[in-house]
Amino acid sequence: MTDGYVFSTEGLCVGYRGKALINDINIRLEKGKILALIGPNGAGKSTILKTVTGQLPAISGKTFVEGRELSRWPRGELAKKLAVVLTERVRTEMMTCFEVAAMGRYPYTGRFGALTAEDKRTVRDTLRRVRADDIADRDFSQISDGQRQRVLLACALCQQPEVLVLDEPTSFLDIRNKIELLDILLETAREKQTTVILSLHEIDLAEKVSDLIMCVRGDHAEAPDTPDRVFTDAHIKELYGITQGSYLVNRGSVELVKTQGEPRVFVLGGAGSGLNHYRELQKRRIPFAAGILAENDMEFEVARALAQTVVSSPAFETASEETKARAEEKMLSCGTVLAAFDPAAQTANPNTGLLETARRHKLNIVFSAGELQ
Amino acid sequence: MTKKITALRITLVFSLLGFAFLAILVLNVNTGSVSIAPKEILRIVLSGKSDGSSIGNVIWKIRLPRLLAAAVLGGALSVSGFLLQTFFRNPIAGPYVLGISSGAKLFVGIMMVYVLRYVSGVPFWAVMAAAFAGSMLVMLFVLMFAQRVRSMAALLVIGIMIGSICTAITDFFITFADEANVANLHHWSMGSFSAVSWPNLHVISAIVFTALALSFMLSKPISAYRLGENYARSMGVNVKLFRVALIGLSSVLSACVTALSGPISFVGVAVPHMTKLLFGTSKPAVIIPGSFLLGGVFCMGCDLIARTAFAPSELVISTVTAVFGAPVVITLMINRQRRRGDD
Repeated sequence: MTDGYVFSTEGLCVGYRGKALINDINIRLEKGKILALIGPNGAGKSTILKTVTGQLPAISGKTFVEGRELSRWPRGELAKKLAVVLTERVRTEMMTCFEVAAMGRYPYTGRFGALTAEDKRTVRDTLRRVRADDIADRDFSQISDGQRQRVLLACALCQQPEVLVLDEPTSFLDIRNKIELLDILLETAREKQTTVILSLHEIDLAEKVSDLIMCVRGDHAEAPDTPDRVFTDAHIKELYGITQGSYLVNRGSVELVKTQGEPRVFVLGGAGSGLNHYRELQKRRIPFAAGILAENDMEFEVARALAQTVVSSPAFETASEETKARAEEKMLSCGTVLAAFDPAAQTANPNTGLLETARRHKLNIVFSAGELQ
Repeated sequence: MTKKITALRITLVFSLLGFAFLAILVLNVNTGSVSIAPKEILRIVLSGKSDGSSIGNVIWKIRLPRLLAAAVLGGALSVSGFLLQTFFRNPIAGPYVLGISSGAKLFVGIMMVYVLRYVSGVPFWAVMAAAFAGSMLVMLFVLMFAQRVRSMAALLVIGIMIGSICTAITDFFITFADEANVANLHHWSMGSFSAVSWPNLHVISAIVFTALALSFMLSKPISAYRLGENYARSMGVNVKLFRVALIGLSSVLSACVTALSGPISFVGVAVPHMTKLLFGTSKPAVIIPGSFLLGGVFCMGCDLIARTAFAPSELVISTVTAVFGAPVVITLMINRQRRRGDD
C-alpha cells in the first residue's frame, strides 16, 4: 500500500483529547510533490498537520514516512526525514539567525551539538537558498516577520528532510514575502525532490503552488485532488460556505456582495474597460446592469458577480439582434448610462450602437461612477 | 568575521570572570574584623589545613567555608534559575520568584520546629531531604497552574502567591513553637552563609557539581528548546524526559542552597540574565558554566557587603542580593513589555 510513496496516511483520524474531529484521512504523496490543505478557519487543517508530524497523537489510523509508521521511527532518525515550520511565534533571546537555522543540524550533531565545518557550510548554503544569508548575524528577535519565516524555513531545511510540513507559512507575510516563500518551496520540491505539505489561507496561491489540493471541512477531508478539479467556483463557494459575494477561481479574485435593488445605471463595457467601474459602483452601493459582454470577456465574471443583470453574447460570436434588443430595453429602463469602453479604439464593440441609441433617447450619459449624484 | 569576534568575546569574558572569582576570594578572606595580609593567606591556604594559630583558625574555620559556600551556592542558584527560565521560557523564572525556596523553607521549618522536640539536633541529610521535598511540592503546584496561564506576569504572580502561602504557614507554625527552636529556625531562614561546616559543604559540593555536570550535558537539548517545545520535539528532543530532567535538576540545586543557607532572593533571576548580557549569547554551553562562575562571584561579593557594610552588625544575605537583583528583574519586565509593544 505504501510502496513508492514517501509520505502517506491510512484511515487517519485526528482530533483533540480523544475526541475525533476528522475521520478517514488518506493521503499518498510521491517524492517532490506539493500538497496544499485548504478550508475554512477552524476546519482542522492545523490538527491534521500536527498529527502527521507527531505533535499530536492520532485518534486512530496511521501515518507513514518512507513506508515506516511514524511511531516506529527513532526520534533522531525521524528528524532527518520530517521537518516542520509551525504557525506559533518563536521568541528567542540573544540568538542570531545563523544559530536558529543551525538548530536544524540537531539530528546530525554530536552530544554537545558542536557544528562541524560541513554543518556550517550546509547552514550557510541553506540560508542563501532562502535568501536570508545577508541577515545571518542579525539577532533573530529583531528581524521582520518575512525574514523570520525564511530563517525558520532554513532551520527546517537544514534537517535535510524528505518531507517538509508547514502550517500556514504565509499568514503574517506581505504579498512580496508570500510570493518569495512559495517560490522557495517550489524550488525545494523540484530541485531537492523534497515533498511539501502545507496549509494555506490564500486559495489563489494554493492553486498556483501545489500539485495536489486537499479540502478540509470541519468534519471530513476530501481526497487530495489536482487543482484544476478542485478549483471550480461552485466548489470553493460551497467549501467555504460563501453565501454572499463570490470568489472567482479563474481570476483568483474576491468580489464583495452585489448591491440589491432595481438597476439604476447601465454600464457599457468590454475588453476589461468596465472592471474598475463595476467595483466603484459596488462600493457606492448603486445597483447596476451591464452589457453587452462576450462570455469570454475578461470582465464578464466580475460583472456577473457584481451586476444585477448582465446581457451577454456567446464567446467568439457577434451579438445577435435579439441580444441587442434586450440590452437596449434594459438600458432604457435604467435611464443612466456609464460609458466605460473607448468607442474610438473598439470599433467592433456592439456597445457602440447602444451608446448611439442612448444619445438618441437623451439618456443621462456619464463616464465614471463619480459623476452620479 | 563576527564568528571570531564572538569566540574571542567568550574567551575574554571567561578569563575575566575567572580573575574576578580569584580576586574576590582573596579580598573576602582578607576582609573582616581581623585583617590578614594576602601573603599570610596564601601560605595558610596552601598549607591545606589550619596550623593551629588564631589566624589559621579564622581562615580555615570561619572564612574559607563561608566563602566557598557562597561561591558554590551562588553558582547553584544561578544555574537553577537558568534551568527554570529554560523550562518556563520566561526570563524572570527563578527558585525564589516562583516560591520554590519558600516551599523548601516551609518543610525545613516544620521539621526544625517539630522534629527537634523529639530528637536533639537534626542531621543535615534530613534538612536536605525536607528542603528537596518542599521544593518539589511547590514546583508541582506551580506546574499545575503554569499549564493554564501563558503570560509571564501571571506566572510571576502565581509564584509570589504560593511563596506567600508557604511563608504564612511557616509563620503559623513558628507562632506555636518553642522559643529555642524558633531562634534556630529564624537564623536559618534569614539566609546566611555563616555557620557552614566543612562536612556539610563537602556533601553539598558533591551534589551541586554533579547536578552542574548533568545540566551541562543537557546543553544541546536546552539549545533546541530555545525555539520552543514544538520545534525542539521536531528536532528529535524527547521533550517529556527533558522537562523532567530540567525540573529535577533545578529543584536539587535550589534545595541544596536552601538547606544549607536558607532562602536567598533574586540571584537565580539576575545572574543568568547578566551572564547572557556579558557573553552576548544565550548558548547554554556557555551560559551554564558562565552563570555558575558569575553566581559565585555575585554571592561572594554580596556576602562581603553583608559582612562589612555595617560591621560588626551583619546584614541578611537576601537584603544585599535583593538590592542588586531586584532592579535586574524590573528591567527585564520593562524590556519585555517594550518589545511586545513593538510587534
